[in-house]
Amino acid sequence: MSGGAEGTDRRSVLVTGASGMLGGAVARLLLDQGHRVRTFQRRPADVAGPAAGTAGAGGMAGTGGGPAAEQVLGSLADPAAVARAVEGMDAVIHLAAKVSFTGEWDEFAAVNIEGTRTLLDCARAAGTADLVFVSSPSVAHFGEPIAGAGAGAADPERARGFYARSKASAELLALGADAPGFRVAAIRPHVVWGPGDTQLVERVLERAKAGRLPLLDHGAALIDTTYIDNAADAIVRALHRMEYAHGQALVVTNGEPRTVGELLAGICTAGGVKPPAWRVPGRVARGAGSLLEHVWLAAGRRGLVRDEPPMTRFLAEQLSTSHWFDQRRTREVLDWSPAVSIDDGLRRLAEHYSRPGRTA
Amino acid sequence: MVAELWPGVPAAWSRRVRVPSTAAVDPAGTVHAWHLLDNGAELAERGITPEGTLLCVHGNPTWSYLWRSVLAAAGKLDKPWRVIAVDQLDMGFSRRTGRFRRLADRITDLGDLTAELGLEGPVVTVGHDWGGLISLGWALRHRDQLAAVVLTNTAVHPGGFEVPAALQLALHPAVHQWGTTTSAAFLRVTHALAQPALEKGVRRAFMAPYLNAARRQGVGNFVADIPGDPSAPSWPALAEVSEGIRGLDVPALILWGPKDPVFSDRYLRDLLQRMPHAAVHRFEGAGHLLPEDRDIAAPVFDWLEGTVGPARSRSAAKAGSRADGSTGAGLPTPAAEAGPEEPYRPMLAELDERSADGSPAVVDMAPLHAPDAGPRTLSWSELAGQVDLLAGGLRAHGVRPGDRISLLVPPGIELTSLIYACLRVGAVVVVADAGLGTAGLSRAIKGAGPAFLVGIERALAGARLLNWPGRRISVAELSPAKRRLYKVGATLSELLAAGASDGGPAAAVTPAPDDDAAILFTSGSTGPAKGVAYTHRRLAAMRDTLKDTYKLEAGTALVAGFAPFALLGPALGATSVTPAMDVTAPKTLTAAALADAAAAVQATAVFASPAALANVLATADGLRPEHRAALEKVELLLSAGAPIPEPLLSRVQHLVPAASLHTPYGMTEALPVTDISLPGIRAAGAGNGVCVGTPVVGARVAIARLDALGVPGDEPTTEPGTTGEILVSAPHVKDRYDRLWITQAHSASVPGWHRTGDVGHLDGDGRLWVEGRLAHVITASGGVITPVAAEQAAETNDGVRLAAVVGVGPAGAQVPAAVLETVPRTRRPGPAPQELTRQVRAAVARATGVELAAVLMLPELPTDIRHNSKIDRAKLAAWASRTLAGGRISAP
Repeated sequence: MSGGAEGTDRRSVLVTGASGMLGGAVARLLLDQGHRVRTFQRRPADVAGPAAGTAGAGGMAGTGGGPAAEQVLGSLADPAAVARAVEGMDAVIHLAAKVSFTGEWDEFAAVNIEGTRTLLDCARAAGTADLVFVSSPSVAHFGEPIAGAGAGAADPERARGFYARSKASAELLALGADAPGFRVAAIRPHVVWGPGDTQLVERVLERAKAGRLPLLDHGAALIDTTYIDNAADAIVRALHRMEYAHGQALVVTNGEPRTVGELLAGICTAGGVKPPAWRVPGRVARGAGSLLEHVWLAAGRRGLVRDEPPMTRFLAEQLSTSHWFDQRRTREVLDWSPAVSIDDGLRRLAEHYSRPGRTA
Repeated sequence: MVAELWPGVPAAWSRRVRVPSTAAVDPAGTVHAWHLLDNGAELAERGITPEGTLLCVHGNPTWSYLWRSVLAAAGKLDKPWRVIAVDQLDMGFSRRTGRFRRLADRITDLGDLTAELGLEGPVVTVGHDWGGLISLGWALRHRDQLAAVVLTNTAVHPGGFEVPAALQLALHPAVHQWGTTTSAAFLRVTHALAQPALEKGVRRAFMAPYLNAARRQGVGNFVADIPGDPSAPSWPALAEVSEGIRGLDVPALILWGPKDPVFSDRYLRDLLQRMPHAAVHRFEGAGHLLPEDRDIAAPVFDWLEGTVGPARSRSAAKAGSRADGSTGAGLPTPAAEAGPEEPYRPMLAELDERSADGSPAVVDMAPLHAPDAGPRTLSWSELAGQVDLLAGGLRAHGVRPGDRISLLVPPGIELTSLIYACLRVGAVVVVADAGLGTAGLSRAIKGAGPAFLVGIERALAGARLLNWPGRRISVAELSPAKRRLYKVGATLSELLAAGASDGGPAAAVTPAPDDDAAILFTSGSTGPAKGVAYTHRRLAAMRDTLKDTYKLEAGTALVAGFAPFALLGPALGATSVTPAMDVTAPKTLTAAALADAAAAVQATAVFASPAALANVLATADGLRPEHRAALEKVELLLSAGAPIPEPLLSRVQHLVPAASLHTPYGMTEALPVTDISLPGIRAAGAGNGVCVGTPVVGARVAIARLDALGVPGDEPTTEPGTTGEILVSAPHVKDRYDRLWITQAHSASVPGWHRTGDVGHLDGDGRLWVEGRLAHVITASGGVITPVAAEQAAETNDGVRLAAVVGVGPAGAQVPAAVLETVPRTRRPGPAPQELTRQVRAAVARATGVELAAVLMLPELPTDIRHNSKIDRAKLAAWASRTLAGGRISAP
């Protein structure tokens, strides 16, 4: 789906959170399509379009050889910086967020809710036409198994964990701002992974290597995931299909649900690590996760720990209950289908880790 | 937002009417205030002239609230009906009259109301519980207006039966006043009968008019008025109605919830005996409060559309037409185009012609009363004689044409003799085999409601224990004690003796071709077993189809290892032998038992099920040279019951080297539909599904295309490569489903065709490929997936013994998952190992393009008990859904 088809309509697009894996991929794809791209983040993150022939390979920022993105540095908490960022932009893709399994509520609320509010206000004031809010299916996941469901309504009260709750509030804010002249759509990519991904892949490999990756129950829970290129593709696609997508939240996945066990084994195999073989009952892991979360949070306040707890309740739920989605509406609205299958994605992951110096 | 008075009842339906009374109980000049639910105003507002009026009458202790679903549905129809649901006086929100209203008063009351309302146009009465009796009373007094009657769980006569135990208690003076009036116990008990339980708001609405003892006086009087015997004051009124309806010739529909402790199936049988033309649907699993348990509105209006609607435009042509939606009785079917139908030849014709023939007709390898004594043989003349004697005995015992007789007797000489004797006297044989399991068998027998039950001792014990209907006849002689215990009225030998003194053939009444001959049962692999009614003509057509397709000439000797066909031996003129085996478990047929049976009659044909053949192969080592010699004489082997894989069939060929191997495809509703030979299977090769060959003589096959949600349309097509529901048209297709009007109406909704519920396609050579059951179609977002081809691809893996592919997730967005039975057997259910998963997914994708979401395994896939061969996919799909949702893994 990606490519020059949309290049005829050259636009200026602001990408927030471009220092992350997904934000970087989105910025590069836009550049590749010939759009003018500005990025907004706290620390410098050079983004350039990929050199010819390597489009969609994912990987590190700034490795391409094509036209580069303009950078504006600043924080979402600084309205003046945000105003500078949106100045003269036709469209905004908003990915910047605090993503973590732990942390204090105030931090999530400040970045994810208030930051979004600031951005919406500034963009509207600057005359920006379109805004894609990158959200998460967890805004409508309340702990029960999800099997073939559509994108449910975001619910800050019932969503699990600070991240999901704050994103739910932000999504409601964003979609509430949708109006003629300022179109807003929400895209919820589900479990994005790919080479260089620190959220899922690196975590899995690290833990598996340390022998700390159990299968919850039998690893039989069926889950949807999204290969990085497909997620970036769908997000950019939403911008081009704003006429149909505005006012809606759309879940984006590969549409190829797999069992957790198979997925983890696939990632481990691609990363050259032995897949997990030991099992922990899901309810035990959820209980332990809940406990560890509290311990880590308390310890973090005292500066005793800096990393994340080995298990959280949210993670345990994610790994022991099904969540896969009905993609019919998404594909119809976006007129899009994923270009990279799970198997292709795993092959690319294996290639990535087989390069010298890339072992996890 | 429409204001609701009670859940599901908009305020606009509720109205009050003042009605002058002419009831005997009231003084002249009395006027009563009635409460009704009536959608008349709503229709008038929309400018609609209704088709007619449904007059709905509740029983005790409910009120018009019971009919709210009918009111709601009536207004949404293309051709709406007016629905008036009354609250009887002293009941619901109608007036408390302070008088004891008896049955006759209540019938008069209803007439007073309709007179006041000035109802015009046709009226259909609808009654529940004692409201059924009252509505019929109204019907008999308003014949000019009456278009049809609908009844749900009601009774019109307690005669011949005792008052039901539950009612007896309610009637007991010690209990009655307290149970019905002083307390709300009777109301609560009635409301608790709903299956599933009523929601709180609905329960509250049912209770609303009866909140104190004064409001409940009518409830108590209603119960007290029930006439238990001729001395009761309301007996004459009851008798007038229950006898009067025998002359009611309007269409009748009876909807029934069998799990009713008061109005049990016996009252349904009584009703049907009075109104034999009534269409019936028994909702297996539903109870007394049927309108709460199930959607009755849709079938009522569908039925009205098909009966009363056309009758109005065509001017009543009621007589002679079956009201149950059967395809029978002279209705032209497309089969007529398939070729000239054979002239009707009764099932007994062959037996009659050979009544002097001394050659063997039936052979029992393990006779019922002396299984180890060696084979027992009856010649044609002996069989004809025995059938005549039994027929005479049955007549003498009170069996009349049209009576149903449940035969709970294993295949063999007794069963064969009984079947043909029943056909001779015009009785309808009910054949439910023990393979249904005790609960399934019990449901089947109660559903068919036989007047007589013939059984071996085990069956008689079951009948007593499970309260099966029918006067009992024992196959074996019993001690006086057991006779009493099982309430046995006669034994087979007594019938034979009585038959000797009967008037003989002269007393016989020859059944008409379109009279019912048999009720057979489906396997129950997709829900409760369904009764399937065959007429004499259709049974004879089944015989002719088998005869013509397989050239089964008189003189053929066949081994009957597959029950339905086995019973046709005497009709075909073929000598049939029953092998020594437990017929309820096909897996028990050994190679030696098969060969012994073949040797006994020098068999040229063998009928067996796939499970039986699998066991024959497994025990082939035990064959002696003379066994092999007998099997070498077999010219035709028919494997019926489920598709059989080619490798298995090839191994069978080694055992019967001279035989032509055939596997017919069919179902209880159409036996058989198509046929294919072993060379035909090899020539067809692999494809999407199982190739089951071309239609048998007289049969036609077509396809009804599926939409994206897997719902079949109603245009038959024979276009090659189109996947859809398989439709069959043949003279030997069932006449109808028994007492399942809704099921029948659906199965015959494409005129002239039977919907099989199977999916498949035709190929360019006119061969049919079966791709699975309609209910098992996987509706993925990319389109419909049928499971069989994917399963076959999975089974090509050496580590896979058996595979089932099922859909997980909601319709339209499902993903396919494979469930495997592995080699060696896994001990713990759950996801398959990574490598096996990878291989199976690749094999399935290569062969079919289907991308499996998950591959799971089980120690053993659940199969249907009757054929031992059909995988229970519904159960598997539920298990796969649970497993893939995460959490602990349980057994299916």
